[in-house]
Amino acid sequence: MKKDTAKSLRAFAIELAVYSVLVICYFFLVLNLLGEWLYHLEAQHRYIYAGVALLLIAGQAVVLDTVTTLLFRFLRGRWK
Amino acid sequence: MFFPISNTHINPIYLAVVGFIIGILGGFFGVGGSFIAGPALRLMGVDWNYAVGTDLAHIVGKSIVAAKQHRALGNVDLKLGFFMAFGTIGGAECGAQLIQALKRAGNVNTVVSYVAIVVYFGIAVFMLWESRKTLRSGRGRSQSGLVKGAESKKDRSAFSPVTRNIQRLKIWPMITLPTSGIRISLWTILLVAFVGGVFSGFLGGGAGYIRMPSMVYVLGIPTHLAVGTDLFEIVISASYGTISHAIKGNVDILIALVMHTGAVIGAQIGVVATQYFAGPKIRLAFVPLPLIGAAIVIYTLMTGHKL
Repeated sequence: MKKDTAKSLRAFAIELAVYSVLVICYFFLVLNLLGEWLYHLEAQHRYIYAGVALLLIAGQAVVLDTVTTLLFRFLRGRWK
Repeated sequence: MFFPISNTHINPIYLAVVGFIIGILGGFFGVGGSFIAGPALRLMGVDWNYAVGTDLAHIVGKSIVAAKQHRALGNVDLKLGFFMAFGTIGGAECGAQLIQALKRAGNVNTVVSYVAIVVYFGIAVFMLWESRKTLRSGRGRSQSGLVKGAESKKDRSAFSPVTRNIQRLKIWPMITLPTSGIRISLWTILLVAFVGGVFSGFLGGGAGYIRMPSMVYVLGIPTHLAVGTDLFEIVISASYGTISHAIKGNVDILIALVMHTGAVIGAQIGVVATQYFAGPKIRLAFVPLPLIGAAIVIYTLMTGHKL
């Protein structure tokens, strides 16, 4: 039981580290590229901006949930 | 990092950590976490109207992740969630209009701050009284320790006599909710959702701090199901709120996206944790959250700092 918990915690810690690296890359690449475009969209086309904003956050939720699930599954498989 | 839409400089790590904390709270309590997110954004100099709208956008993403996980654990009443979404959307629009009127009057920060303090304190005091009474009376005895599985979803409350009287109100149309195990008037569901929606639009967030307790105490939904269903319903209503606020110029989606990166991990941890606690203990643990939010708002009002 304790062994399982230790394995889960180790897998989770590695998942968190890998995830952090991915997120930092995401900050600097994607958000910097999107920033200017979204700023102008918000200023000039509010209705389109509203739709794009919702799509972005929902899309990110689905993608990140899939990434974390796959990452966790992969790491648990490796540590078994 | 500069966020041009709201014209603020915020460290993205700070946003991700705030998102992570709110994610845990959201997954565990079924709340949006606006009582933390709002003040946390204000602390970085984001205006209240942007804090409210941006928080709603971030909540959409976080709730999708948490609701998906809760659904896998059987904690979501889809039928109830859909009905509540209608009431919440109506209420959220009223709340958003109130924010717009206050923006025009120029005193949005003061009014929202005072309302937030009263609401947060009211909820904390009531939930402290109820959960402690339930645990002391021994009604929650079977669920007082660590529990796991379907049995933990059966719930009791010291407020249940009032809840039963509310459920006895036979106002047509009556709705049967097999997942939650209750039969109740549609109007009661819509009223609870509408009130939650008004607070959602007015104070920001999904208003889970109002809706989750209302679902338990007014509708009589077991706590675990209330948490999961609230998150599912928040996905629908917060999506509507995000569009509404974005059109009014109150959403900085870049801030929301960064916050959400931390919330994804936090929400998954919070959802798993609900399996190990009984309803009254979850409600008792809920008490400090709105008090923290109220304390931050009081600090802002007293010191005049940008919070």
